[in-house]
Amino acid sequence: MSLQLLFDALSLGGIYAIAALGIALIFGVMKLVNFAHGQFIACAVFALILPSTDAVAALGLGLLPTPLLILAILGFGAGLAVAAEALVFRPLRNASPVALMVGSFALGVALQNLLLVLYGGRPKAISLWAGLVAPVRIGPAEVPLLQLIVIAAVIAILLALGLMLKRSRLGLEMRAAAADFGMAQLLGVRANRVISGAFALSGALAAVVALVMVAQTGVADVRMGGQIMLIAFIATVVGGMGSLPGAVAAGLAIGAASALLQAGLPDAARPFRDAFLYALVIVVLLFRPQGLFAAADAKPRV
Amino acid sequence: MITQHRIRRRMATTTPILLALLLLAFVALTLALGDRAAARMASETLIRVTLVVGFWIFAGNSGVISFGHAAFACVGAYVSAWTTLNPAMKATLLPGLPPALAEAHWHVLPAALTAGLVAAALALVTGAAILRLSGIAASIATFAFLAMVNTIWANWTPVTGGTSSVVGLARYVTPWVALGWAIAAILAASLYAASASGLALRATREDEVAASASGIDQYRHRLLAYTLSAFFCGVGGALAGHFIGVINPDGFYLSLTFLMLAMLVVGGIGSLSGAVIGVLAVSLAVEALVRLEKGFTLGTTTFALPPGSQEIIIAVAMILVLVFRPAGLMAGREIMLPARWVTGRGTSQN
Repeated sequence: MSLQLLFDALSLGGIYAIAALGIALIFGVMKLVNFAHGQFIACAVFALILPSTDAVAALGLGLLPTPLLILAILGFGAGLAVAAEALVFRPLRNASPVALMVGSFALGVALQNLLLVLYGGRPKAISLWAGLVAPVRIGPAEVPLLQLIVIAAVIAILLALGLMLKRSRLGLEMRAAAADFGMAQLLGVRANRVISGAFALSGALAAVVALVMVAQTGVADVRMGGQIMLIAFIATVVGGMGSLPGAVAAGLAIGAASALLQAGLPDAARPFRDAFLYALVIVVLLFRPQGLFAAADAKPRV
Repeated sequence: MITQHRIRRRMATTTPILLALLLLAFVALTLALGDRAAARMASETLIRVTLVVGFWIFAGNSGVISFGHAAFACVGAYVSAWTTLNPAMKATLLPGLPPALAEAHWHVLPAALTAGLVAAALALVTGAAILRLSGIAASIATFAFLAMVNTIWANWTPVTGGTSSVVGLARYVTPWVALGWAIAAILAASLYAASASGLALRATREDEVAASASGIDQYRHRLLAYTLSAFFCGVGGALAGHFIGVINPDGFYLSLTFLMLAMLVVGGIGSLSGAVIGVLAVSLAVEALVRLEKGFTLGTTTFALPPGSQEIIIAVAMILVLVFRPAGLMAGREIMLPARWVTGRGTSQN
């Protein structure tokens, strides 16, 4: 039982951590709170199927063999995010963080309604990798194979991202840009390259979340990005805005809290699980308004 | 000799009067020239003026964007439904209400005031936590608050009816009732903006550090504005419920949040006139787009925009405004009489 809970918490928290990383990466580089991230996830889900308003989904990209499919969807997510940056956020480069945030909210609404126009409002069933929900025995617990794959994938992604940020030139430039964008530019970091890179990474992470959600639920729904984006936001705030390790830690913590609440709450209170979760977050912030891992430059300099 | 300061104060007092006259002219014109659909549009627009002016009291003066104000409208709408619905109907629709509410059968005006007060009380309690955060983090926390209220309202079925709608609200909101509340909101907003607290809050909007160095308690003024702002959003929600007669938690969620934000951004968040002009501009655009979505005939062919394109167009317009006119249509200016009109006889400058 408790081992099962541990796997639930890890796989849920891992997904939250990946979603939160996608938001924290962009916030770190350009102080943009990206409210369109949830719609990037939803768009990546719908990219698997052909546009139509029919109730039954016809697979489009989803017909590709698995390795190609994963690459195609990751590429789609990255491309969408880079396009959004070029069309919407580049013209707003010098705007205030508030204007950027409002602009991303508008972009999210536009993308969501675009999906509604193209695909209709009804949720659609997608049968992708149906075999992955088969349970595997580990000691006393029965764990769906998918959970194990998700946990392994999350660990691999975190390691790869960590290596990339520490070792590669683009990673170095991103960390420099996050620390002080103006100074980094003066030292020869090219702004467009770093920002496009951050968006591409963030979009690819959104696509990872999309693939996991489709495999878990088997459904494509226009509204599916909203809830996970909200949790990811909360994780970035709790973790300390712009802190990547903070976002990962807070994502994992929220996943664990959510799994514990699901198991521990009495039946009558279970539908309110998310409400408890949000309230818990506000309580955490009361005691640590800067978040758990405040970035060094979180306080405004005079 | 009349001081420059006094002239500014007099000019500022003309703003709410001019805005009220503008709305009055808007109602009179739509009622005189338009059909029943136009009258509905007028009421709807004025309800939005109440909501957006309420929203502006906080967002405009503090510079902090809140995503949570639709939740206050939600609470307001349900409080008004709880207190005014026929008790026999409540017994079947909402069996979980406490006895005092289940038997209540109030007049609509005290119900609207109570709706505002309950929303304000909720804002005071939640704002006390949320407003401790810095601007951007506070915005995200208000989003969490919105989602929290929506989750509770959609699942607390015995009391709120859950995701199924509550029906049978008295439909008393005519354009004139809505006009009355819209003008009340405008008056309150301009009084607050001209008060010491409003001035202090705008100082923190311009420069947080300098304001706190001048002894301004940012948290206190933000909380005051947040509470006042929630009052009018609560009333606006009650009006919206009694306008359509049917309420549902999802009617007060992301699409309302988006609409309120779009109006404020298009009009310009920096001034009260911007909030009012933004509502008028976006409402007229939405009305035109909705008619286009229904389709129109040109010669023998019928053109219609696909459903949902209205939101896309408004969202794109919002982004274009942010890029090309970041301060909005009004660019932070107020509608007011020119200085020489308010200085009076014989006291004109030199």
